[in-house]
Amino acid sequence: MTESIPKKLIELKDLQLYFNQGKANEVRAIDHVSFDIYEGEIFGLVGESGSGKTTIGRSILKLYEPTAGDILFEGKDISYLKGKQLSDFRKKAQMIFQDPQASLNGRMKVRDIIAEGIDVNKLATSKSDRDQKVQKLLDLVGLNKDHATRYPHEFSGGQRQRIGIARALAVDPKFIIADEPISALDVSIQAQVVNLMKELQKRHSLTYLFIAHDLSMVKYISDRIGVMHWGKLLEIGSADAVYNHPLHPYTKSLLSAIPVPDPEVEKARQHIDYDTHIETDGKERTMIEVNEGHFVLATAEEAAEYKAQQI
Amino acid sequence: MMSNPILKVENLHVNFNTYAGTVQAIRDVSFDLNKGETLAIVGESGSGKSVTTKTLMGLNAKNAVIPENSRLIFKDRNLLDLKEEEWQSVRGNEIAMIFQDPMTSLDPTMKIGMQIAEPLIKHRHIKKEAALTRALELMKGVGIPNAEEHINDYPHQWSGGMRQRAVVAIALAADPEILIADEPTTALDVTIQAQILTLMKKLQQETESSIIFITHDLGVVAGMADRVAVMYAGKIVEYGTVDEIFFNPQHPYTWGLLNSMPTTDTQVGTLEAIPGTPPDLLEPPKGDAFAARNVYALGIDSKQEPPFFKVSETHFAATWLLDERAPKVIPPVQIQKRWAHWLEMQGQEAY
Amino acid sequence: MMTANTEDFVIVGAKNSDANEHISKPALSFWQDAWRRLKLNKLAVISMWFLILILAFAVISNIFVPQKDANAFNSDKVGVYKNLPPNSGLPIPGWDGKIKAPGDNASTDVYESQGVPDGEKFILGTDNIGRSVAKRVTVGLRISLLVAIVATLIDLLIGVAYGVFAGWKGGWIDNTMQRIIEILSSIPNLIIVTMLGLLLGNGILSIILAIAMTGWLGMARQVRNMTLSLKERDYVLAAQSLGESSFKIAIKHLIPNMAGTIIVQVMMTVPTAIMFEAVLSAINLGVKPPTASLGSLISDAQAMLQFYPYQVLIPSAILVVVSLAFVLLGDGLRDAFDPRASED
Ligand SMILES: Nc1ncnc2c1ncn2[C@@H]1O[C@H](COP(=O)(O)OP(=O)(O)OP(=O)(O)O)[C@@H](O)[C@H]1O
Ligand SMILES: Nc1ncnc2c1ncn2[C@@H]1O[C@H](COP(=O)(O)OP(=O)(O)OP(=O)(O)O)[C@@H](O)[C@H]1O
Ligand SMILES: [Mg+2]
Ligand SMILES: [Mg+2]
Repeated sequence: MTESIPKKLIELKDLQLYFNQGKANEVRAIDHVSFDIYEGEIFGLVGESGSGKTTIGRSILKLYEPTAGDILFEGKDISYLKGKQLSDFRKKAQMIFQDPQASLNGRMKVRDIIAEGIDVNKLATSKSDRDQKVQKLLDLVGLNKDHATRYPHEFSGGQRQRIGIARALAVDPKFIIADEPISALDVSIQAQVVNLMKELQKRHSLTYLFIAHDLSMVKYISDRIGVMHWGKLLEIGSADAVYNHPLHPYTKSLLSAIPVPDPEVEKARQHIDYDTHIETDGKERTMIEVNEGHFVLATAEEAAEYKAQQI
Repeated sequence: MMSNPILKVENLHVNFNTYAGTVQAIRDVSFDLNKGETLAIVGESGSGKSVTTKTLMGLNAKNAVIPENSRLIFKDRNLLDLKEEEWQSVRGNEIAMIFQDPMTSLDPTMKIGMQIAEPLIKHRHIKKEAALTRALELMKGVGIPNAEEHINDYPHQWSGGMRQRAVVAIALAADPEILIADEPTTALDVTIQAQILTLMKKLQQETESSIIFITHDLGVVAGMADRVAVMYAGKIVEYGTVDEIFFNPQHPYTWGLLNSMPTTDTQVGTLEAIPGTPPDLLEPPKGDAFAARNVYALGIDSKQEPPFFKVSETHFAATWLLDERAPKVIPPVQIQKRWAHWLEMQGQEAY
Repeated sequence: MMTANTEDFVIVGAKNSDANEHISKPALSFWQDAWRRLKLNKLAVISMWFLILILAFAVISNIFVPQKDANAFNSDKVGVYKNLPPNSGLPIPGWDGKIKAPGDNASTDVYESQGVPDGEKFILGTDNIGRSVAKRVTVGLRISLLVAIVATLIDLLIGVAYGVFAGWKGGWIDNTMQRIIEILSSIPNLIIVTMLGLLLGNGILSIILAIAMTGWLGMARQVRNMTLSLKERDYVLAAQSLGESSFKIAIKHLIPNMAGTIIVQVMMTVPTAIMFEAVLSAINLGVKPPTASLGSLISDAQAMLQFYPYQVLIPSAILVVVSLAFVLLGDGLRDAFDPRASED
């Protein structure tokens, strides 16, 4: 958000993705979702388990085939990428995973895990160059050189997550999808990983899609936030707007559920229940811009009502 | 609050024999649990929270070694002296446990209603019919909608949040005096977590049981606990009432934990993480185990272990910073704010 | 609080990452760790050493017991050398060249009664045309192991390739390949063997092929199931998003992570193959005389079980012990590869 007109890096246009389409167990994992991610920003995506966050992230990386709609990366539709263009795209967009245990191959040494992208894309000129690059990446995420020859199971969760970050950074990406990178970690280690990610973002001018189900960390790291529920995007806006002036009842419910490390606040906290009725009554709802840059999925009357409720 | 404790843990040590050497998982832990209170144990992954609770349930791994002088006093007997058959009448009856992962603690091949009824049949010798009726009540109690329809379901038919409710119901079935909850909500998302926590609080008020609540999430602690013990590398480093720990914390590790959570007014860029990783308990460091990661570490920290310094009748912290010879340190801004609030609270109480 | 000097109470701050990210456990790879756990299982280790010795013996014995040697017999002297009981040369009952025929009260020294030259002894006796059982068994063991191991290796190659391919591709390819497996496994093994026998003649090759053709199905099924679950792992997704090719993913990520299970499966397949070969011999679909396998030795001698039990018991015992060793080692490996089996 440094330039006057921010450039769009990712555009999702009316994206739909159904699993087991047409069968009895059809799941509408993504249901008409549109949003943009600007270059250099951190876009936070929140919502409860099963709301479709992971599916969106994986579709952007071309790991899933959308049912309908388009995904544009730097203005190009990614479903048509082939050959050199595809391998360039693979270098530019990377992923950090939720489960630090499952995201590292236990049969490989940390050095080879981190160097996987270097090897695939032939980014190292020699073995010593490769080692040097790995060394640099280890430094970057705060690990030592004697960690290079160890295996993933010997590390703690936070350390493993940092190894995963180093692997993603090895190909010098522009865009990183972090799929709940901190959900499996201790609170104290969460801060470590979030700070590392923020620092790397500044240093390497990265763009993030940061997925989580906990709004408090997302608010802290993101520039803008999207709130998802049942495959639909319900609300989108600046981090401050969504966190401090939520519009949609679901967002309000989600916010009311966050525990705060303050006994006085906690004693006073009231959890707001969410009535899913407004998603199932079959009315036509669209994204309506209630305040500048702050959209909510609603009918016209509801939008007016939300605006009135907002203080 | 100073009633007589129903559980006293004294000088608990737990070692694990492994091929690489001895893991000193619990290194001298002592605490009391009072009737009707919730004691939270917080600490990082690997600090020994689960080992402590498994020891309380007599469920430690085979390679665990507990030295003679460790004592767990419950109803005038040392639980560590119990034989396996004696344990069976304590476990799930007088002391019950809620595990972190609901799927692993439910039997996938048994109907949920029956799983809830089982402790009643086993410990209370209630007939099956009556036990199932009680199970139905419990299911309603933990907020399972249309409980009648679901009493014959199997665990895999339920969502994560529902399963965790079932686990809570099982733990509560025998009306235990002590309920141990080991990260009961860590695997759930915040909305469901909020429901389960509200439920546990409500049920505790009804039954007056004592809860040992294990978590790494200080937000959850703030809402649940009466007293808090902070664990680090197999030791308790600070304990006190919930207000004392949150508003007048003394140990730099507690500062670090509090600081690494964003609060409502956290500004961008002020989140302070604790650097590094907890020490390897194969070779616990000499002196204060936290010294290597502590920006306020003193020279003595790497030589000698700090004793507990008394902050108040209920509040103790093991850090050399409280020694009279130690220099005055200025804690992080967030902590200063908490201290300021503490003084305000104290002032109000004085009037 | 006794011996603190003033400099002890000075802030020194946190240590560097070398100190606070230190791991003191020795670095152990998956294989080293499995080996460490395997060593705790005495029975598996004994089985392993036993099998190593047996395999070494089977290979080295090529030098001093060539196939020809074991098959050859002197047609003029069959009467002298036939059916001699085991003779260790020591006065051990049952192993001293004497045998008690059914119905007799005293045992007779067969070596003497058949006029075997003095000093000539057969440590495991001879068969009905005077060939040394020791030599026959050595060769038989060799053939049985050869058949079983080669068949298992073929299973392994086909099964793993087929399974990984089907599981990785998924969708209709997987469906079709699954149906093919189902159809193949519904054909009785004996029909396949007989057909192959007709086609290739009943030599060692056709037996190996017959065993392999029926054995790879199980391997393929198991590998396919593992591939289905492994391909959802995040590290596979990570490799895909780094642009790794499917072939490389199979080699680097899928196969190494199922290697443990595959090895266990192999250990269990070998004894099945040995047994299957024995069954084939019993119904005359086995190796062609004069070639011997453990199975053919047993079935050839079983008609005379009452009179010359050692001719059946010796190859049977070897068959059972070798198979058992494979099973025990396989069991031990299963535990060693399964990290949940022990927490230490
Ligand atoms: N491969 C698949 N086949 C069928 N259904 C799937 C598949 N992957 C995901 N789903 C379903 O799609 C929906 C969205 O799943 P997704 O993983 O995107 O949710 P999420 O928001 O990432 O949840 P979580 O917080 O649990 O990670 C869920 O209902 C899930 O069960
Ligand atoms: N059976 C065992 N053998 C060897 N070491 C063990 C065993 N069980 C636990 N440990 C070690 O004891 C220490 C404490 O483990 P514990 O499970 O109590 O941690 P925790 O505080 O519950 O962490 P988490 O938040 O990850 O659950 C860890 O270092 C762990 O590796
Ligand atoms: Mg997800
Ligand atoms: Mg634990």
